[in-house]
Amino acid sequence: MHITVDMNLCESHGQCVFAAPDIFSFDDEDYLAYDAAPADALRDRAEKAAAVCPVRAITVSAGAS
Amino acid sequence: MRRPAPREIVVVGASLAGLRTAEALRAQGFTGSLTIVGAEPHLPYDRPPLSKQVLTAQPDPPGTALPLPAALDARWLLGRPAVGLDLTARTVLLSDGTRLPYDGLVLATGSAARGTPAALAVPPRGVLTLRGLDDALALRAALLPGRRLVVVGAGFLGGEVAAAARQRGLDVTLVEAAAQPLDRAIGSAAGTYVGDLHRAAGIDLRTRTTVTGFRAGANGHVTAVELTTGDTVRADVVLLALGSVPATGWLAGSGMAVDGGVHCDPYLRALRSDGSVVDGVVAAGDVARVPQPLADGARLTLGHWTNAVEQGAAAAATLLATGTPAPFTTVPSFWSDLHGARIRSVGLPAAADEARIVEHDLAGRHLEVAYHRRGRLVGALTIGRTARLAAYRTVLRDHSKPAQKPASAA
Ligand SMILES: Cc1cc2nc3c(=O)[nH]c(=O)nc-3n(C[C@H](O)[C@H](O)[C@H](O)COP(=O)(O)OP(=O)(O)OC[C@H]3O[C@@H](n4cnc5c(N)ncnc54)[C@H](O)[C@@H]3O)c2cc1C
Ligand code: SF4
Repeated sequence: MHITVDMNLCESHGQCVFAAPDIFSFDDEDYLAYDAAPADALRDRAEKAAAVCPVRAITVSAGAS
Repeated sequence: MRRPAPREIVVVGASLAGLRTAEALRAQGFTGSLTIVGAEPHLPYDRPPLSKQVLTAQPDPPGTALPLPAALDARWLLGRPAVGLDLTARTVLLSDGTRLPYDGLVLATGSAARGTPAALAVPPRGVLTLRGLDDALALRAALLPGRRLVVVGAGFLGGEVAAAARQRGLDVTLVEAAAQPLDRAIGSAAGTYVGDLHRAAGIDLRTRTTVTGFRAGANGHVTAVELTTGDTVRADVVLLALGSVPATGWLAGSGMAVDGGVHCDPYLRALRSDGSVVDGVVAAGDVARVPQPLADGARLTLGHWTNAVEQGAAAAATLLATGTPAPFTTVPSFWSDLHGARIRSVGLPAAADEARIVEHDLAGRHLEVAYHRRGRLVGALTIGRTARLAAYRTVLRDHSKPAQKPASAA
């Protein structure tokens, strides 16, 4: 699974961090960091994160992790 | 109790909550017929940008359409509101006389802007409200640099419009009845912080003040606003930002409990006036009045984006459940963007009786407040410190679980 976040759209809402803390986190300056190739077992959580992002910055796609 | 899964679902309200419920119904395996009814002529669009980028972006406002999944396979009946509900016959009546039968019904009619206070005469032209896309485009067209805007009500929506207009180069007066903006929503310390942001941006914030009347020119257009202080403030445009009211008018007489929103049980099932569950009817989004564990189980409507999204998924699950569904216990959250400050919140600050300031730095644009109710954490709010919200949310999630025993400690 592959994850991309459009950092031009991201407004640090944090919803993805709440939904999938194994994939998304913030640094001290509220800048988003994320695992671009998480394990496929995290797919549901990744999709939940994409669904709750208010600015739809997150794209989840299939692919080898 | 087992009951048959529905075959014919009608969703009333074609916006965020309605769309997300419909999407979740399909994602959760519903293959029957799906009809979505909307009062507005528009396909679903997103409202948060309406008080932000739609007012400020140049040269054109950004698109706000919500993406429609290809596999939704829904029938859209737009531009004709539902005007009645017959729970016995299981039909929804539309304004054009159409009667839609259902065996599953989703109430997602959201809320509407509160209008002019009854004490004031019918306002002149140029006195606007903001809820929908058409309202936002009309307001945008009126926000010309150099004009004077008076915003009545310094809540999130009023504050954001004031900030957007200031950014566009208007003279802005923001009138607020309470001692600080957002006093009831986020407490006086955070409200004062927001007031300071407004003043620093050059907005003329008048607290403890309300409007007593409007003045209009010969052409019937507003020219000034009269205030309780005795002052008269000149205005080319006025926005009434006095909060919102759940859109339940069409449910009057249906036998359902709809004062202050559609009353729901913890599974988002709608309730009758006698408190009994209406089988096959769920509510989601701004219109739903749902028990909130963080407010000791009081039924509240929450006018927040994330709430509509999460309730949509939960309402779909309840509607499709053939056994006992799972209760909805998600931790609420909301945001607001003001003068470049990103206000982010989890839980229910409005339910608190105490606000503890953890960090307060106006110059550095940082704020962290923890909200407690009888000593127990019920919410948190940050500016520039979203990273810290995740830990609060973890605690709040535990506090939101349905109580195993009454009044759990911590
Ligand atoms: C200007 C603005 C800015 C906002 N900013 C933020 C923000 O920054 N952060 C945040 O968390 N939240 C924000 N919100 C709140 C957020 O947009 C709402 O919580 C969300 O839109 C709720 O979705 P909903 O589908 O429940 O209701 P709505 O979006 O109100 O949709 C309800 C729909 O039902 C339709 N309808 C009403 N009556 C009928 C009827 N009888 N028959 C058929 N259709 C009907 C309405 O026309 C409407 O399209 C903002 C709201 C507004 C208006
Ligand atoms: S939810 Fe969206 S906007 Fe918020 S931090 Fe994650 S990617 Fe950014």
